[in-house]
Amino acid sequence: MQIETLAILNAERAARRAAILVTDLDGGAQRVVREAEIAADPLSDLLARHLASGKSGLVSAEGRSLFLTVQAPPIRLVVIGAVHISQALCPMALALDLSVSVIDPRTAFATPERFPGIDLVAQWPDDAFAGAVAPLDRYCAVAALTHDPKIDDPALVAALKAECFYVGALGSRKTHAARVARLTESGFSESEIGRIAAPIGLNIGAVSPAEIAVSILGQIVAALRAPRAGVGP
Amino acid sequence: MLSTDNDILAAAETWRREGRGVALATVIETWGSAPRPVGSHLVVDGEGNFLGSVSGGCVEGAVITEGVEAIADGHPRVIEFGVADETAWRVGLSCGGRIRVFVEPVT
Repeated sequence: MQIETLAILNAERAARRAAILVTDLDGGAQRVVREAEIAADPLSDLLARHLASGKSGLVSAEGRSLFLTVQAPPIRLVVIGAVHISQALCPMALALDLSVSVIDPRTAFATPERFPGIDLVAQWPDDAFAGAVAPLDRYCAVAALTHDPKIDDPALVAALKAECFYVGALGSRKTHAARVARLTESGFSESEIGRIAAPIGLNIGAVSPAEIAVSILGQIVAALRAPRAGVGP
Repeated sequence: MLSTDNDILAAAETWRREGRGVALATVIETWGSAPRPVGSHLVVDGEGNFLGSVSGGCVEGAVITEGVEAIADGHPRVIEFGVADETAWRVGLSCGGRIRVFVEPVT
């Protein structure tokens, strides 16, 4: 591998952008295809499929044996609210290899005793995203779970602006209708607001905090994998 | 500390820029109970210092040797290890899997 190729891969990774390294195993010739360049690439279908699955692998194309090294940014889950559901959600999310942060300005909730080993930030969302928590991007899922618009709304606004791949908000249909009205007033379009999963979670009849956590994580995995795997969310 | 692929590729670039000979190994195919997934990396310098893992420890020694040779001769190569292979058994891929590894010099 040429040092320039390696430098491109490292730069894309540092910028949290996906890239695929294409290696011709006969001779070792290589090129990097950045995420934004995939659509125009001769191998676009193959590359898009591997990017969607996140899996590196061998492929045959144009009579050659190629290895695709998929470099996708690690998926992050940002939980708004250090609440009971979050306590169940965080360890499950870690088991799915998600990188987890919890944000809640209420210091009675955001205690290390309630969230052992979890990245916990006792700040308002806007303050947290300005420092303690890395800025949101397309490889982030955001779950707003406080029930309190003062805390949830700024996080939802940030998540929609950053085009997070998943945005979910806890609350009844009535609560969500009020939220839609507030976000509309803030200038968000119907389709932007429509990206919020609310009431949050897959409809599996979840009752306990742990079951609700499962329904949320199921929905997050679906948002991540389903569109390009060709199955409905 | 456990090295992520992030650390490994960053180390490969840093080491090379420091003027060290560097080779990168990547798992390109696995069969059976191979312990490291396809795409896993290991980086090695000309002295045999390495970061990362391609087999959870089983064949690291042999991969490092190939890496040092790739640094010396400047050629990429594909190597295969498996229980059916006497050499592989000797180097210890006793977990019952087989892996193919691409080893390339960083130039």
